[in-house]
Amino acid sequence: MSQIPAELKYVSSHEWIRHEGDGVVTVGITEHAQELLGDVVFVEVPEVDSEVEAEDEIAVVESVKAASDIYAPLAGTITEINEELEDSPELLNSDPYGDGWMFKMQLADVSELDSLLSADDYAEEIADE
Amino acid sequence: MGSKTPLYQAHVDAEARIVDFGGWDMPLNYGSQIDEHTAVREASGMFDVSHMTIVEIKGSDAKPYLQYVLANDVAKLTESGKALYTAMLNEDGGVIDDLIAYYLTDAHYRLIVNASTREKDLAWLENVAQQFNVSVEERIDLAIIAVQGPQAVEKTLSVISDEHQELVSNLKPFTAAYAGDLFVARTGYTGEDGFEILIPDNQAIELWNQLLAAGVKPCGLAARDTLRLEAGMNLYGNDMDESVTPLESNMGWTVAWEPEDRDFVGRKALEAQKEAGIPHKLIGLVLDGKGIMREGQEVLVNDEVVGVVTSGTMSPTTSKSIAIARVQRSLDAEEVLVQVRKKQIPAKVVKPGFVRKGKSLI
Repeated sequence: MSQIPAELKYVSSHEWIRHEGDGVVTVGITEHAQELLGDVVFVEVPEVDSEVEAEDEIAVVESVKAASDIYAPLAGTITEINEELEDSPELLNSDPYGDGWMFKMQLADVSELDSLLSADDYAEEIADE
Repeated sequence: MGSKTPLYQAHVDAEARIVDFGGWDMPLNYGSQIDEHTAVREASGMFDVSHMTIVEIKGSDAKPYLQYVLANDVAKLTESGKALYTAMLNEDGGVIDDLIAYYLTDAHYRLIVNASTREKDLAWLENVAQQFNVSVEERIDLAIIAVQGPQAVEKTLSVISDEHQELVSNLKPFTAAYAGDLFVARTGYTGEDGFEILIPDNQAIELWNQLLAAGVKPCGLAARDTLRLEAGMNLYGNDMDESVTPLESNMGWTVAWEPEDRDFVGRKALEAQKEAGIPHKLIGLVLDGKGIMREGQEVLVNDEVVGVVTSGTMSPTTSKSIAIARVQRSLDAEEVLVQVRKKQIPAKVVKPGFVRKGKSLI
């Protein structure tokens, strides 16, 4: 059973979202997602300052075998990207909830965080797969 | 639930990620496909390929039958255990499958065909066999373990009985021999030295565990695919299928035109295609930029689509994205553009064959 930290929020496309305060969130992919992908060898992150809508395709994670789109979990503005991923994409495999974070964004409406999945909701979703 | 090989439980015990492959529950990887790939390039790895279909062709017409049903000529095989790589074609020259044929006697050959094409292959072989005095019999009582890598020979010999050491160590490439119950072939699908070992199903797990104890790393289908692609070897269903001929698929060398009076299924169509001009060829591509080429992506020159990627990946040995692509035969560009997702990225045109015996060729 893969790890699903209780303090994070989730979307069904396998991203996790951590609220850092003041409407800023950090986004990455879940441990379950990296297990499905296998060895990650290339990550394309969004551009800082770009404005995104919920469910926009804004990043790509490519494993040896397949490419996966990463979606903006909510509307907002990208404020920071994890530059380590360019040289060390394998961080998504080794530490998906830590050093393998992908980007940070300022949410347009912080109250929308409540619409995301809880750890329990997400666990239920992936159990049905 | 799919079919299971005799080694299925060993894969589960090793915490393999199991996936469906042509109706079989097979290991995709045992953790990291890159580590598995590297083990085969630098040391040794083993693959359960028991899902592949083994077919015995027996009878007084075995030789003329195979001379008719295969595009390569089994008459080239005169020593017991000698093998050849060949396509099996339909009347239009389309590739029904690619396979290895082993010669045992004039009245007994053994074919190893792809798992994903099992049913249509058997149906085709049986259908053509009606005109000949032969039997077509699938072997479901054998497992196959491929041991590959620069240390594969040494590791395999360490688990082979003393009386068969010399025989196995002296096997030449594309040759097989019986070592007791084992049928050991010096073949593979990785671009490295090694063996493919056919073994009675009830002995397979013991051999697997002996190899494991000798330090051979279990490798899944994912590593098998990146290894074969680095070696520039075609994968049936990706790089060729019934819609193309071997002449369009870098397999011209497997078509035996001589003797001229040997009729084989698809010969007339191939001759007509040669006469009219072969429309396509397979090339190798090395991406010059960030991104990974994938099957189905378009290949462009001067804004014009000239072909399509048939297999693409990130090559673990070279850390570059490599691909095989089917393009117009007339293409002689040294560089093309590949539509990688939303971007067009330059790629260098090379011969398919990117890594051989651990060394990058690009």
